[in-house]
Amino acid sequence: MQFRVDKLGVIIAALAAYGAFLAPFATFRANRIVAGEARSISEALPSAWTVVVLLLVVAAVIVAVLKTPSRLRLGTAFATIAALALGIGAAAGHLTPPENTYARVSPASGFWILLFALGLLAADALARLRPSPLVRVLFLSAVLGFIAAVLTSGTWDGLSLLKEYASRADTFWAEAGKHVTLALGSLAAATIVGIPLGVLCHRVTRLRDGLLGVLNAIQTIPSIALFGILIAPLGWIAIHVPGAAAIGIRGIGTAPAFVALFLYSLLPVVANTVVGLAGVPREANDAARGIGMTDFQRLVGIEFPLAFPVILTGIRIVLVQNIGLATIAALIGGGGFGVFVFQGVGQTAMDLVLLGAVPTVLLAFTAAIVLDAMIEMATPNRSQVQSA
Amino acid sequence: MIEIEGITKRYGETTVVRDVSLTIAPRTVTVIVGTSGSGKTTLLRMINRLVEPTSGTIKLDGEDNRSLPDYELRRRIGYAIQGHGLFPHRTVAQNIATVPTLLGWDRARIEVKVTELLTLFQLDPVAFGPRYPHELSGGQQQRVGVARALAAEPKVLLMDEPFGALDPIIRAKAQEDLLAIQKHFETTIVLVTHDMDEAFHLADRIAVMDKGEVVQYATPAEMLVKPATAFVESLIGAGERPFRLLAIETVADAVEPGAAEGEAIGSAATQREALSTLLWSGRKALPVVGPDGAVIGKVSLDGLVQRAAGPT
Repeated sequence: MQFRVDKLGVIIAALAAYGAFLAPFATFRANRIVAGEARSISEALPSAWTVVVLLLVVAAVIVAVLKTPSRLRLGTAFATIAALALGIGAAAGHLTPPENTYARVSPASGFWILLFALGLLAADALARLRPSPLVRVLFLSAVLGFIAAVLTSGTWDGLSLLKEYASRADTFWAEAGKHVTLALGSLAAATIVGIPLGVLCHRVTRLRDGLLGVLNAIQTIPSIALFGILIAPLGWIAIHVPGAAAIGIRGIGTAPAFVALFLYSLLPVVANTVVGLAGVPREANDAARGIGMTDFQRLVGIEFPLAFPVILTGIRIVLVQNIGLATIAALIGGGGFGVFVFQGVGQTAMDLVLLGAVPTVLLAFTAAIVLDAMIEMATPNRSQVQSA
Repeated sequence: MIEIEGITKRYGETTVVRDVSLTIAPRTVTVIVGTSGSGKTTLLRMINRLVEPTSGTIKLDGEDNRSLPDYELRRRIGYAIQGHGLFPHRTVAQNIATVPTLLGWDRARIEVKVTELLTLFQLDPVAFGPRYPHELSGGQQQRVGVARALAAEPKVLLMDEPFGALDPIIRAKAQEDLLAIQKHFETTIVLVTHDMDEAFHLADRIAVMDKGEVVQYATPAEMLVKPATAFVESLIGAGERPFRLLAIETVADAVEPGAAEGEAIGSAATQREALSTLLWSGRKALPVVGPDGAVIGKVSLDGLVQRAAGPT
């Protein structure tokens, strides 16, 4: 039997081996803000868990290095990731002295490196399997379901991140709501305004360069500067426009954050609408006109459906960008996950930073996968064109 | 009947179509030929107002084509273009149903029409109706394009180089189909092409355009015998003239009394085909059979040579 070596697998294996045997698995701190002490896998885990985790890591390393079927690689990667996820929970219980509510246990560099290496192995295997969009979304649901199950089971309750959550559970969900509202609301507004603007730019060539230029310029303004720029006009509106203050328009807070995200969102939506409409086959447009469609019927019946995948790509860019950018809104009192990030930075409490950052990353990741699947499903398959 | 009167189209300083007047008889095939940039496509597109003329009028059955909103005018006129212009996101059946749907036909009537047209164009409605354009061959796509143009039973069909993207064998088949369809629906067809063979094959009358003007508008036979300008003559091709002349007439017109040996030729074949058979088989005459299969006389090499001779 001949063994062949997988090149990417060697790198993954090296990373995993470093993460498992050289880097610390968990950090133990006597309280929230003191420096931590590193613990290796064997120190951090009860002996049974140590055996399970190490065996799985070794198995994953072997599977990664050799050329093995993609399904096997994917299965091993996920099994090992699951063991790590449960293991870090067990480490919290193992390391925290009984009745001690000040001590903090958190994943250390070894855990993250292992997670990264195994995530890479899984992503590579998934890419090779070329799953259909629907399967990808199902996969995502399974992963999110696993995370939700572990969270509700209490396995991670001993981890410092969850302890931070426990003391802020009510504000966490309120900020989560604000974050999603900011990101989705500004996206919805940008879509409603941006698509007609894109159509206008497509039809009126002279408008296109000017408008896209302005939107491009807005994109280059750093977000904090844009918030600052908006304080004066929004403050003025709040004072001088009757009813504006009543619906929450103020110089600081949610309003400027919303407006800034909206402005950032316009360029991708408008530009992709323009590009999508320009990509509609000339013959299809000519035929549509020639057989008697009105301009509106042509727009709705021919141009939009054909440009839709490209417009959706713009919306995907905006959504992922907004989920990340909404974090900054906390700086001007706009709320969102950024609240935890900036509080954590202020208190040098990394766990609090992670409480804001991890859900943001998860949200962005989920949005990207779901929208990518939607784009692929909306794109007609033209690969099987027969020759005449 | 299409009456084009004094039509001119200018884009800024350039005149694309200059003072063109043509009368196109109903139920005929008129082919507009010319080199690229001669204004032939612009002239065609002014009939359904995809291009608005600078001056002049176009009347369809006596009615000015500006008396209706442009989109309503276009729904009454079939329009087929090179590269078919099918909507890639709609099925074959949906593509064909486009104009009837715009006109608000009920679903049952549309379905009957789509089935009828697909059958007429030799595409199985069950197999092809639900397919997408990219799943068809070039020839099939072109047929669907013409079927879509004919779906609302227009009296006039405009075609802009409809067969330009097809290979020669499929193109010949498409031309035969078009002539059959034209007889079936009694449609008035105006077709633009730069292919002279296609023009002589399809046309009842040919309009030759050069630099925005119609330099000759005549039947193919007239054009061959009396080309109006040197440009028309060069377009026809001096060496091709006798053969084109024979190609536009049928054997029935050249039948002589008498008998001949060997395999017979049908009276519906072109005289050019008869000449070709005579030369290839080395015979002096062929027996001619009528549509019923009975021998009605002969066609001779000498007779065809006389017919192919130009005016002296």
